[in-house]
Amino acid sequence: MAQENVEAPIPGKVISIECKVGDTVQEGDVICYIESMKMENPIVAPVAGKITELKATEGEVVETGGLLAIIEY
Amino acid sequence: MFNKILIANRGEIAFRAVRECKEMGIRSVAIYSDADADALFVKHADEKYPLGDPAPLSSYLNMEKIIDIAKKSGAEAIYPGYGFLAENPKFVELCEQNGIEFIGPPSDSMNRAKPKHRARKLMKDNGVPTAPGTDDAIESVSDTAAIKAVTEVADSIGYPVIVKPSGGGGGIGMRVAKDKSELEGAMKYAESRGSSSFGIAAFYLERYFTRAKHIEFQVLADKMGNVVYVGERECSVQRRYQKLIEEAPSMIMTPELRKRMGEDSIKVAKALKYVNALTVEYIYSVDTGEYFFNECNTRLQVEHPVTELLTGFNMIKEQIRIAAGEKLSFTQDDIQPRGWAIECRINAEDPFKGFVPSPAKITDYQPPGGFGVRIDSGVYAGYTVPFQYDPLMLKLLSWGNNREEAIACMQRALGEFIIEGVHTSIPFHKVALDDEVFRGGNYTTNFVEEREIVKKLMQSRSQATG
Repeated sequence: MAQENVEAPIPGKVISIECKVGDTVQEGDVICYIESMKMENPIVAPVAGKITELKATEGEVVETGGLLAIIEY
Repeated sequence: MFNKILIANRGEIAFRAVRECKEMGIRSVAIYSDADADALFVKHADEKYPLGDPAPLSSYLNMEKIIDIAKKSGAEAIYPGYGFLAENPKFVELCEQNGIEFIGPPSDSMNRAKPKHRARKLMKDNGVPTAPGTDDAIESVSDTAAIKAVTEVADSIGYPVIVKPSGGGGGIGMRVAKDKSELEGAMKYAESRGSSSFGIAAFYLERYFTRAKHIEFQVLADKMGNVVYVGERECSVQRRYQKLIEEAPSMIMTPELRKRMGEDSIKVAKALKYVNALTVEYIYSVDTGEYFFNECNTRLQVEHPVTELLTGFNMIKEQIRIAAGEKLSFTQDDIQPRGWAIECRINAEDPFKGFVPSPAKITDYQPPGGFGVRIDSGVYAGYTVPFQYDPLMLKLLSWGNNREEAIACMQRALGEFIIEGVHTSIPFHKVALDDEVFRGGNYTTNFVEEREIVKKLMQSRSQATG
């Protein structure tokens, strides 16, 4: 099994998390939304697989490259 | 005149207000969040007070904290800029109760402009043209009798129609229904987005003009009852209802039309019993030459410098003088627009990647200059653009004796501009200004999609690298 880290492409505040550990996701499914510069930015799964870890928490401020989730595929 | 003004804003507009205060011999008080400690408006203000936590609700939207600082610092007036508390009647009331002059309209005027459907009705009753539509707001999609009535209105005025949330702003919740089958979905969308974004579920419906220009009029009114219109601005270059390029005058304007729209704008100001700077927005149908009241903004607009370049009058100084009880410094006859002015909004966003925000540190900053170039900026090399606020970094403006000169000047300035470290909207502007439909001036609010500006932008890059 390979692992894929889902990282924040931009700094901002995690405003909602759309999946939970154990969920099976398709490529393009929304993992969470990051609010940055007054815009909601969907962060999507780069690959299809299973969410094994969720690092992001709602309300948390993340920097670019901050780990949000890990997908096993 | 005031001795001291607190500036309840940030970024380029706060810096602009600091500059005007300095020239008028007024002490300026900056308030700033932790994210703005290094900002230019803080550096140049005479006094500065920290707001702490950058979250807007704890900082620039924190009314009690701001009023407290105003009292502590001895500021007699508050300059709101645009956004944040600029259109919040509760804040204006709070200023009024505390004996602080709000540099903007009285709360009563602001309340008359809200919600949007009521403003529309008020203008219609005062003889200002409004687009065919529903005269009253619909409170809920579950009200079947009301929905039946709306559907009848839509059928009678003809499709497409646009459903707008009454609490609206920034295009949020607005949706076009191309035919009857799309109407219910549009209403549900307006209701749910209206409730979540503005706390108002009510919505209304109007005819939608597919080929239309966005034209707005700048109005100024003093406390003695003098009202003038300072001319129009065309803001049709938009993406998702966000303005990107503005110009004045508008290519479609004639002296007769300007007089008619200007005088209607004065009617709007009088209906609101307005004081200070007001902008009246209209939808202009390119096909029929008709215009319709869209909404009014009870504050200064981002794009006001276009009007300043064209007329030579300083909108911010005028706002401050009006608030201090002085008479307008010019009359309608004194306003003699000259030449052509264009503004490009330079945002920290990546036009190559769907305009995704690009908050980051600016590593290099070399602005353009020369004849006809004006920059209203809040950034510099080494400054970190914060993610907590909107992406506007600066406004680049050009002036020329005619439209061709103004465009050539803008293109030259965009070409000189070096900003590294953040992505910017500069590449978008270059492609948009080169487009033949923009050059012809016959563009509409669908310009960016119709002319496939983003696609052309991508092609321009692959050509440059390939």
